[in-house]
Amino acid sequence: MQRIGVFVCHCGSNIAATVDVKKVAEMTLLEPGVVHAEDYQYMCSEAGQEKIIAAIKEKNLTGVVVCSCSPRMHETTFRKAAEKAGLNPYMVEIANIREHCSWIHKDMEEATEKAVILARAAIAKVNLNAPLKPGESRVTKRALIIGGGIAGIQTALDIADAGYEVDIVEKEPSIGGRMSQLDKTFPTLDCSACILTPKMVEASAHEKIHIHTYSEVEKVSGFVGDFTVDIRKKARYVDMDKCTGCGVCQEKCPSKKAASEFNRGLNTRSAIYTPFAQAIPNVPVIDTENCIKFKTGKCGVCSKVCQAGAIDYTQKDEIITEKYGAIVVATGFDTIKLDNYDEYAYNQSKDVITSLELERIMNAAGPTKGHLERLSDGKAPKEMVFVQCVGSRCSDDRGKPYCSKICCMYTAKHAMLIRDKYPDVNVTVFYIDVRTPGKNFDEFYRRAVEQYGVNYIKGQVGKVIPQPNGKLLVQGSDLLDNKQILKEADMVVLATAIEPNPGVRKIATMLTASIDTNNFLTEAHAKLRPVESPTAGIFLSGVCQGPKDIPETVAQAGAAAVKAIGLLAKDKLMTNPCTAQSDELLCNGCSTCANVCPYGAITYEERQVNDHGIRETRRLAVVNSALCQGCGACTVACPSGAMDLQGFSNRQILAEVDAICQ
Amino acid sequence: MMKYSYYPGCTLRTKAKDLDAYARASAKALGFELEEIENWQCCGGVYPLGSDEIATKLSSVRALNEAKEKHQDLVTLCSACHHVIKRVNDDMQNVEDIRTRANNYMKLEEPYAGETTVLHFLEVLRDRVGFDTLKEKVTNPLTGKKIGAYYGCLLLRPGKILQFDNPENPKILEDFIRAIGAEPVIYPYRNECCGGYISLKEKDMSKNMCNNIMESAEGFGAEMLITACPLCLYNLNNSVQNGLPVYYFTELLAEALGVKEEVAKA
Amino acid sequence: MSKEKKQAELIKEISGVNPLKCMKCGKCSATCPAYNEMDIKPHQFVSYVANEDIETLVQSKSLWKCLSCFACVERCPRDVKPGKLIDAARQIVVRQKGQNYLKADEIPELLDPELPQQLLVSAFRRYRR
Repeated sequence: MQRIGVFVCHCGSNIAATVDVKKVAEMTLLEPGVVHAEDYQYMCSEAGQEKIIAAIKEKNLTGVVVCSCSPRMHETTFRKAAEKAGLNPYMVEIANIREHCSWIHKDMEEATEKAVILARAAIAKVNLNAPLKPGESRVTKRALIIGGGIAGIQTALDIADAGYEVDIVEKEPSIGGRMSQLDKTFPTLDCSACILTPKMVEASAHEKIHIHTYSEVEKVSGFVGDFTVDIRKKARYVDMDKCTGCGVCQEKCPSKKAASEFNRGLNTRSAIYTPFAQAIPNVPVIDTENCIKFKTGKCGVCSKVCQAGAIDYTQKDEIITEKYGAIVVATGFDTIKLDNYDEYAYNQSKDVITSLELERIMNAAGPTKGHLERLSDGKAPKEMVFVQCVGSRCSDDRGKPYCSKICCMYTAKHAMLIRDKYPDVNVTVFYIDVRTPGKNFDEFYRRAVEQYGVNYIKGQVGKVIPQPNGKLLVQGSDLLDNKQILKEADMVVLATAIEPNPGVRKIATMLTASIDTNNFLTEAHAKLRPVESPTAGIFLSGVCQGPKDIPETVAQAGAAAVKAIGLLAKDKLMTNPCTAQSDELLCNGCSTCANVCPYGAITYEERQVNDHGIRETRRLAVVNSALCQGCGACTVACPSGAMDLQGFSNRQILAEVDAICQ
Repeated sequence: MMKYSYYPGCTLRTKAKDLDAYARASAKALGFELEEIENWQCCGGVYPLGSDEIATKLSSVRALNEAKEKHQDLVTLCSACHHVIKRVNDDMQNVEDIRTRANNYMKLEEPYAGETTVLHFLEVLRDRVGFDTLKEKVTNPLTGKKIGAYYGCLLLRPGKILQFDNPENPKILEDFIRAIGAEPVIYPYRNECCGGYISLKEKDMSKNMCNNIMESAEGFGAEMLITACPLCLYNLNNSVQNGLPVYYFTELLAEALGVKEEVAKA
Repeated sequence: MSKEKKQAELIKEISGVNPLKCMKCGKCSATCPAYNEMDIKPHQFVSYVANEDIETLVQSKSLWKCLSCFACVERCPRDVKPGKLIDAARQIVVRQKGQNYLKADEIPELLDPELPQQLLVSAFRRYRR
C-alpha cells in the first residue's frame, strides 16, 4: 500500500473562488492510501513546494497528488520538488482542478464535488504507480531550417554563429523568400533588397551554413535530438560547381514565355532562369515544362552557349539523408487566391492588383522597371484606390477569419511612396479599422495622412466596376459621412489576406507538428512558448506560426534559434520513461501495433518463450524505447492486450475510470 | 428520351408564354422532354425570408415532392421560381425545424427531406446536355451577334445555396451565347439588380437601376440582352426609350436550333 | 422583458441574424443598389437591432425600398445578412392588422398590359400579410 500525500492549491482565487479547497483536502483523506492532505494558497511557490518536501520527509510519503492547474504548467515543478525530497518524480500525479474544473464551472457545490472526483482518480492512479527511470538519448549537433526567407536565414545565422552546423532547405531556386519581392520596408522605408541581400550573402558565405535550394523535405523520422531527414534536391540541369553565373544561357534561351513567379506572373521569364538578379546561389535552373529541349528534344541552345559546360540535361533528382538534432520550420506565407472575391474585379481587370503585385510594379527590377503604370495600357494613373481587409477578417467561408496584420502598414507605405514620387496622383484608402500597433507605426500612418495627404475613408468597398472607358468605378461606403461613394479610379490595389504557404500542411504532417484550422503551426503555449511546437525538437520561425511583419519575424527567428541552440548545446537528453512495452506471453505477432506506430519504434523478432512450461519460438513485438514517444496508439490498437504503456498502464487508467465512476 | 419534371410557374402561363414555348421546343430538339408536373401552384415569386414562414413554402414542397415521387429532377425556367424552389429545397434538406413543420402540414406517405435535384434549364444545358453538344446541334448559329447576358439577382444569390455559378463573375450565359454561335459581351452590371418588385410602386428606382445596366452593356458593345426572368425583361424594357432589345434566352436558343418558326406557327 | 427588447428578440428570431457578428465594415451599404433611397442605411439596420431601437426601424421607409437582391447577404464578410433583418422588420409591420404597405384598391392603377404576374405576386408577398 502506498503512503500518499494530497496537496490542494488555491491558485489565489482561481481555484478557491469556485472550489471549496478545504473540503477537497478533507475528503481525500478518506481515500485508500492517503495519509496526509493539506491546502495552500500557491502550491507552486517556494513555500508551497517546501510543504510538499517536508511532508514527504516527515510522513515517509511514497506518492504525491497535487490538485492544481494543468500538468502542462507545473507538473515538472512538483516532480522536481519530490525528487529533492528523495521521491521518484514519477510518483507524483496532478489532478487538474483549475482548467478542468474551477475555470469552467460556476456552482461551488458542483465544482467541489468534481474536484474531489478528479483528486480521487489521481489517487487511484498513484496507488498503482511504480518508480520510473528516464533513459538517455544523444543529440546530433546540427539544425535543419525549412524555408530560406528572412525567417529561415536569420534563424540559420544565429544558430551557426553559436557554432552549430545548419542546413537550409528552400524549395525555390534561390533563398530570399517574400522579402526579396518587396520594394521598400516600413516604417523606415529602406529598400528591402538593400537590407536583405547582405543577410543572404552572409548566410551563403558562412562556413557552418549549407544551403539546399530547389530542394524539399521528403521524409522525416526520429525524434528530438535525433531526427533523420530525406531531402530531395530537384534536378537543376545546371552543374552547380561548373556554372559561373554569367547569365548568357538566360539571354539566349528562345523560350521566354513562362510566367515569372518572382514578378507574380506580371511578366515572363526564360525557361532557364534565376528568379532575380541577386539570387543565391546565382545558378539557374531549367523549368522543364517550358524548355523546348525537354518538350521536343530539339534546341539545346543553353548548352551550346555555356562556356563553362555546366548544362546537363541528364541530371536527376537526388535524395540526400542527413541527421539533425533540431528542426526549425520557416515556411512563410503567400497571398490568398482572389477567386472568391470577384466583386473586386481582380480577375476581370488587369488594373486591379494585389499589394504584392504593386511591390513588384514599384520595384526597379519589376515588370515596369519601377514605373507606376496601368498593366492594361501602360498609362500613368491619376487616381489610385486601396482596399483594405480583402479576404481578412471574414467569418464566412470565402476568406480568412484572422487579421493579416501587415496590410495597414504596407498600405500606408504604398500610399506614401506614391504620393512622394508622383505628387499629382491622388490616393484614397478604404479601411475598416487602421491597426498600427508597433514602434513608430502609428506615427508612420499619420504621416501618410498629414504630410502626404492620403485620403482615408472609413468603410469597405462593395464592388469595383470596370468602365467601358477603361477606368474603374469604385463603389464604397463612407461610414463617417453616411454616404455611398462612387469613385472613378485608374488602378485599384487590394490588400489581400495572407495565408501560410500551402505546402506547410504536408511538412507539419511529416514532423507530427500540430497545425490550426488556418494552417498556421501551433505553438506549445500561446504566450509562454511561442516559438516551440508542442512536438519536441521542432521550432517555429516567422509567418508559419501567425501573421507578422519583418521586425517581428526577425525577432521570432532569433528566439527560435535560441531555443534550438539550447537543445543543441546538450550532449544528451533524458528520454521519457513512459514508453510502451509488450508482454511476450500475450503478443501474437500480428503487426497491428507496428502499423499504427507513428515513430517507427516497433519491430518484430523471432524469439523463444516459455509459456507455462511450453517452450516455443514466436514472432514478438519489440519496442525501441529510444524511439517510442509514449503516444499510446499501440496499446489501444493491440487486439490481445499485450502492449502496455509505462506510467499509463491499462490498469492505471481503468483504476482512474473506476474512481470517477464509483 | 430523357425526361425531367418541369415547373413552369404562373408568368410562363400568361405574359411569358414565349419563354416556355421556346424552351419546350428546344428541349425536344436537344433530345429531352419537360414533363409539366400536375396541379402545380404559384411559388409566391419571392422566397419568404422569415425563419418562421412555413405555409408560404408549401407550394414549392409540393412540386419538389411530386418530382421525387416520379424519380425525376425538377427543372425550372423562370429565375424567380428557380430561386424560391431551390431555397425551399435547401431548407428541407438542412433546416430541421422547417422540414418537420412542413412535413406536418403535408401529411405525405413518406416525409420529404430535400431529395429532389432542382435544375434551372440553363443548368440542364450546361451539366446534362453539355454546351459542346449544344454547339453541335446548332443549325442556325447566331454568328456575329454581340449579346450581353443579364443574370440579375435571383439565379445567382445567395451563391452558397443557389450554387448556380460564381455569383460575382458568372459565365454560364456567356458559355451559352458562345454555344449558339454568338459573341458574349461581358459587362460588370450583369449581376446587378433591375429593381425587381420595386417597379410596382417605385418605377423611378427601377428605371435608374435598369439604366445603369443598359448603359454598361451598351458601353461594352452589346447589341441585345438576354435574360431568363420575365420580371427582369419587363423592367429592362420599361427603363429606357430606345434601349437595347431584351430577349428570353430560350428564344435565341430556339432560333439557333432552327425550331423558332414552328413555335411561332403553333 | 421590456417591449423594446422583446421586439428586438423577435426580429432576431424571424431573421435568424445575430447582429453582434457585425464588424461595422459597411460593405452592405457599399453594395446596396437602393442605398440612396433609404433613410436608415443597411449597415445601420444592424446597429438599430443591436441597440433595440425597433420603433424607429419599423417607421423607416427603407423597409419598402429594399429589393431583396441579396447583394448585401452575398458580400457580407461576417455572414450577418442585413437583407434578412430588413425583411424581418417588414414582417413585423405587415403582420399587424391594417398595416399592409400595398392596399388592394390601389392595385388597378398600378397595372399595365405588359406587367407580369410575377411582379404582383412578389409585391404581395413582400408588402402584405
